[in-house]
Amino acid sequence: MSVRTLRIDGRDVASADGATVLEAARDAGVAIPTLCHLEGLSPVAACRLCLVEIEGSGKLQPACITPVSEGLVVHTATPRLREIRRTVIELLFTEGNHVCAVCVANGHCELQDRAVEVGMDHARLPYRFPDRPVDLSHPRFGLDHNRCILCSRCVRVCDEVEGAHVWDVAWRGEHCRIIAGLDQPWGTVDACTDCGKCVMVCPTGALFHKGDSEGEKHEDPSRLAALQRARHSRQEAP
Amino acid sequence: MSGLRCCASAGCLARGSGALMGALETAISRGQLGDQIQLRPVGCLGPCSQGPLLALDPDGDLYAGVDPQDAETLVAALARRLHQSSDQATPLEWAPARGERLDLRAPFFQRQRRIVLEHCGLIDPTDLEQAIAVGAYGQLERVLQGWSPEQVVTELQRSGLRGRGGAGYPTGLKWATVARMPGARKVVVCNADEGDPGAFMDRAVLEGDPHRVLEGMVIAAYAVGADHGFIYIRAEYELAIERLRLAIEQAVDRGRLGAALFGTGFGFTLELRVGAGAYVCGEETALIASIEGKRGTPRPRPPYPAELGVGGRPTLINNVETFANVAPILREGADWFAAIGTAGSSGTKVFSLTGHVRRGGLVEVPMGTSLATVVLDMGEGSPHGSAVKAVQTGGPSGGCVPADRLDTPLDYESLQALGTIMGSGGMVVLDQSTDMVALAAYFMAFCREESCGKCVPCRAGTVQLHGLLKKILAGQASQADLDQLETLGAMVMDTSLCGLGQSAPKPMLSTLRYFRGDYLARLEAP
Amino acid sequence: MPVPSKPESFMALEAIFLRHHRSPDSLIEILHHSQKFYSYLSDDLLRHVAARLQLPLSLVKGTASFYHLFRFQPPARHRCVVCTGTACQIQGAPALIAAMEEGLGLKLGARRGDGWASLSEVRCLGTCSDSPLVQIDDSIGRQQTVAGLRRWLQELEP
Repeated sequence: MSVRTLRIDGRDVASADGATVLEAARDAGVAIPTLCHLEGLSPVAACRLCLVEIEGSGKLQPACITPVSEGLVVHTATPRLREIRRTVIELLFTEGNHVCAVCVANGHCELQDRAVEVGMDHARLPYRFPDRPVDLSHPRFGLDHNRCILCSRCVRVCDEVEGAHVWDVAWRGEHCRIIAGLDQPWGTVDACTDCGKCVMVCPTGALFHKGDSEGEKHEDPSRLAALQRARHSRQEAP
Repeated sequence: MSGLRCCASAGCLARGSGALMGALETAISRGQLGDQIQLRPVGCLGPCSQGPLLALDPDGDLYAGVDPQDAETLVAALARRLHQSSDQATPLEWAPARGERLDLRAPFFQRQRRIVLEHCGLIDPTDLEQAIAVGAYGQLERVLQGWSPEQVVTELQRSGLRGRGGAGYPTGLKWATVARMPGARKVVVCNADEGDPGAFMDRAVLEGDPHRVLEGMVIAAYAVGADHGFIYIRAEYELAIERLRLAIEQAVDRGRLGAALFGTGFGFTLELRVGAGAYVCGEETALIASIEGKRGTPRPRPPYPAELGVGGRPTLINNVETFANVAPILREGADWFAAIGTAGSSGTKVFSLTGHVRRGGLVEVPMGTSLATVVLDMGEGSPHGSAVKAVQTGGPSGGCVPADRLDTPLDYESLQALGTIMGSGGMVVLDQSTDMVALAAYFMAFCREESCGKCVPCRAGTVQLHGLLKKILAGQASQADLDQLETLGAMVMDTSLCGLGQSAPKPMLSTLRYFRGDYLARLEAP
Repeated sequence: MPVPSKPESFMALEAIFLRHHRSPDSLIEILHHSQKFYSYLSDDLLRHVAARLQLPLSLVKGTASFYHLFRFQPPARHRCVVCTGTACQIQGAPALIAAMEEGLGLKLGARRGDGWASLSEVRCLGTCSDSPLVQIDDSIGRQQTVAGLRRWLQELEP
């Protein structure tokens, strides 16, 4: 395997050819915030949190899909990028109804963590207070659209890993919404295997176990990568 | 022999050209003059704001606003002339009771240079024989029988043709990139998803001379090594869709599309794909997704469509007008084309001139023609005694050029320097009555509604920007809101995933640049 | 016009499925035909399309709902549309929308519960020289005035 050397925030980093800037940075201990990205799922580069500056490129590039190349000079935490990340988080907070104090994911929420990291202590933009429903039709799980940030992890895990494709994104723009089946109550969708992977990968409290109350959702999305690796190695085994 | 050409494009049809043609046909058959007066429906004749338009051959006169009731007297006058004199040059003794004969010495006509539209308005777009009679598919035949694909690409590169869809990427370079990609099964796509509001150039070309576009596509396919193609057209263009379907059928029947073209080993098949109402599908990667039957959401580039396009195959995407330029470039040569227009922007550009303008319609002018020439001379300025305030180009991805900069030449770089873009050719004239803040809010609402929703800055940012603009319009905003508008606008441009979001703030930033006073006047007193 | 056939079997679509080899790529083409034949995309129809193309239900609904032109309920008897292309916008479209909203008792984007009328906008009809434009059912109003539109609306069949 050939190796590429690049510079990330002034540090020389060696990385495998074919790796992304995000992977190279994480290996080198440089944290780049992400939300839609999850190891084990196809990347979509939609949340724009992981945008980085690359010398010689006029445009900001999403680290999650940008491949490393020899001599690349990357900046991941310039004042400009910090401001952008804070605004992205603000846009997400003002778009939905995120009330941490009453959320099942309080304390274990990636959106909340990112908000702390980027220093978003208040929103400069007005909250939109959308009117969104909650789906409690599934016997074990619930979906609160108020907390959904449309990262599409649930859509991807259900399609790419579970193979059920219960979820998809419907409508468009600000009207986008995660739907189950033909935009029907989750509990009535035959294709659902009740596996709970969508709940596991959800970065917020949008998908949750029924019965969990404030702060009780303790999912670990990184379990997905472990699961993928385990499956892979079993397939490889003689 | 006399000829009557009646515009049968959507604009004139809406103004009653169908009834006019029907009345003329009745009058001709009643006088048993069918073999002496040829009546044909044609594509766009230009000054759409004066339709229905009727052209007379061999005189070349153009009549505007003729009423069907005048058909009888017109046919009678033509019959009289045919009877009395063999001299075709005798002026016709006829004047319509309503409507008028247009002065073809007017700048609207004189300043045009028709290359893309050279046969638009001359031939019946539903008749392949007429198209072939003026040379359709002649360049395809010539190329297939004597040129290598590399020669075609080189000729296009030398011509300096740049993409007419908006961004102005060099067409020859795009072709060369796709040609270099490995694989025998490449795809050529014609982007006919003309979505900019106020733009109808591509509609007119497709309605008036569809075979011109098909020929350009087949030549492109030969040059890049593609065997299949798609035309992606917006569903709103019903007549253009109908004409394209017919044209494709005719071309297949006559061996201009399909296997073993002109007895060579080269073949190319073509499918029409009709959009379903999504502006973002004009973006290349969204367009590919939509052709594949998916949600029209863009994906990050690279990989570019040239590497990974429809069905994972290397794909060339050009717009309608770009393909329509191919045949004349090959016919007259790259040098001829490169000599038209400016050094950096060769050839002509078709514009749809609308809005607060006296004489609107479809015009084709050499690149480098000034905006003033198009808007003030050809379009004759704003009606009702009002002065032009600005000209909007590039639709929701473009901006406004203020009246005092109308001396700007129409080329890619000059427009970019002013904070707007050439775009696909929509040109909306705005007079003094136009509220520039309301216009910015209008375009932001458009982008908000058309955002695909995939990336956060575009999905949520356009909503916030629109909210801020509405606040300003309502007179409830402060200087801090205006600052936030600019900061957030810059952020959305810098961070959005595709061109829609990256240019959504442009109309707003452009009006802020030239008409900041309009904004400041609406702010609350501190 | 809807073709006469048992709607629950959606037989009219079979030829279309065949022509496209039931390829998932043809989903949008199939949806166009489905709407043309059966006037709107009911859940039963979407379920049928999903089954015939072997696609997940959520993908079919997710795709269809992305596009403005697909309907999920029967079209209203009177479909009232205001063009909001740029040329129309600066020459009176906002006033026409207001007149429509008042005359129909509907907000833009809404459809009356009894299916009598719907009010929507179109991005650009592409015949900008006649702006502002409205369309009611199959008729286009060119250089439409507010007064003329009010009379037109009053004449709509109940």
